[in-house]
Amino acid sequence: MALFRAEGIQKRFGARVVLENITLSIEAGSVHGIMGPNGAGKTTCFHVLTGHHAPDAGRITFDGRDITGLKPHVIARLGVSRSFQMMNLFDDAVVIENVMLALPAFRAISGRPFRTSFGDSRLIEAALEVLDQVGLAERAWHNAKSLSYGDRRALEIAVALAAEPRILFLDEPTAGLGAKATQNLAQLIRRLRQRYTICLIEHDMRFLFELADRISVIHWGQVIAEGAPEALKANKWVARSALGEVA
Amino acid sequence: MITLSDIPPRGGAGFAGPMALFVLVLATLPLWIAPIGLYEYLGIEIAIWILFAMGFNLLFGYTGLHSFGHGAYLGIGAYAFGLFQQQVMVSLWGGLFCAITAALLAGAIVGAFLSHRRGIYYALLTIAFGQVFWFCAMKLHGITGGEDGLLGIPRPDLIIGAWRVDLNDNTNFYWFVAAIAALAVLALWRIVNAPFGRVLQAIRQNETRARFVGYDVWRWKWLAFTLSAGFAGLAGGLFAMAQQSAYPDVMSLHQSGLIVMMVLIGGGLVNFWGPVLGVVLYYIARDILGGLTEAWLLWYGLLFVIMVMVRPEGVAGLFHSLKQRLPRQASVTKPEQA
Repeated sequence: MALFRAEGIQKRFGARVVLENITLSIEAGSVHGIMGPNGAGKTTCFHVLTGHHAPDAGRITFDGRDITGLKPHVIARLGVSRSFQMMNLFDDAVVIENVMLALPAFRAISGRPFRTSFGDSRLIEAALEVLDQVGLAERAWHNAKSLSYGDRRALEIAVALAAEPRILFLDEPTAGLGAKATQNLAQLIRRLRQRYTICLIEHDMRFLFELADRISVIHWGQVIAEGAPEALKANKWVARSALGEVA
Repeated sequence: MITLSDIPPRGGAGFAGPMALFVLVLATLPLWIAPIGLYEYLGIEIAIWILFAMGFNLLFGYTGLHSFGHGAYLGIGAYAFGLFQQQVMVSLWGGLFCAITAALLAGAIVGAFLSHRRGIYYALLTIAFGQVFWFCAMKLHGITGGEDGLLGIPRPDLIIGAWRVDLNDNTNFYWFVAAIAALAVLALWRIVNAPFGRVLQAIRQNETRARFVGYDVWRWKWLAFTLSAGFAGLAGGLFAMAQQSAYPDVMSLHQSGLIVMMVLIGGGLVNFWGPVLGVVLYYIARDILGGLTEAWLLWYGLLFVIMVMVRPEGVAGLFHSLKQRLPRQASVTKPEQA
């Protein structure tokens, strides 16, 4: 059964229809890729799926539960976590605090105004464990701002992981990364897929075809093709659309 | 740019020193304030405004929500205290409780309208609500006494068990206010360094991120506003006692601007103690510059302009960068076990 489903999603901003009709079905334990040219509506699609925008039509279900139109924090608490294309970190805080803030155990005690935070070694250990998964444990006590671009990308994923998600939405995780860093990221995603269901937007087709079990191609706010990577390679529409030749 | 999060995440070392100094100064103030040419009532005013400014900074510096109408809650506290004494009964704790409750309630209602706004819209709404309360204070003659305000508000005695203290005596009243200010500072330190305060700071840094890791940002912003209004209410209640009156000017836009200016000059954006420095600096400027020239506000205003231009982090930021020039340890202390 699909863990996450979106049916007939439509989203307009004023007169502009950004998402015409999106239907996606993400199987538990799979890596689901989303590709398409610039401006196709991929990020808007993520925004709608994770609650940032409410859809104008359609239905979204997660683990059998209707989550259409719920607030982002409610969806996040159910186990839907995401990273952002434009990085979204707590820049004034140290690396480990970024992760701690996202831990459900931290959130659970955050309502008590007099609890001390950093004395709790269990929270620190849990945060270090998450950082270890993305290879940032050694930088835990550095300022988030002082990290290199690639490390900030990794931290972005770590924050999403810390929320203990069941499904992870990654918006263009390779954006701006060099070849070496992209390789490292591919390895990270291979490790993560053993524990999480993953949905990722990606421009780098080689990266995506290597990792994804299934890919949806979005163009003009619609899913124009969907299937396993091998099947899509043969599809001339896909090749041309990904290159931005279909206008 | 340095920010509030440069405070070491663990309480203790960074706090004990300044707090000890703060308590020492508060505790010895009546001994030296007259000999240096100032007067005891100034100490009372400073302690009350420290309380107001520190509570305000929970919202302004820590949560990053810019309220320019906070004088309203100071005023509501003052009126509530006065009305309680005059209409219900003469009681210190009853009056202060009433002042806090009224301000909390007003803050909760206004906060509900504000909390899904941010930036300039948030700021404008705070001004608008501030003006609404000020207008009510001016026009509701029957309740607030209009422009004259409430006069002759008593200072009830402090009664603890068999111990009775006459607060009409300025020294006694100073001790009382100073003790409350010290307790409030202690409480605020705990709050901002608890997970609670860390979430508020996270919201200042990135509302969207906070939302997507599961925080109900609206509720947190509302809580921060309500809480800081409560502190303002307490300060207002004490202010009504100090002045033995409550009048519309307390809640005017002018007062609201003043508190912002104090917090900014002191460095509330970068340091927990910033508001304290700002308040002290303001009152010293008022009394010392004011003794020299009637145009002291002009000089103070210029000081503010220069501050914003060359050192936007305020006085506390100045100390901070001086310290950073010295050989320093990491600004964040790592727990031993990690």
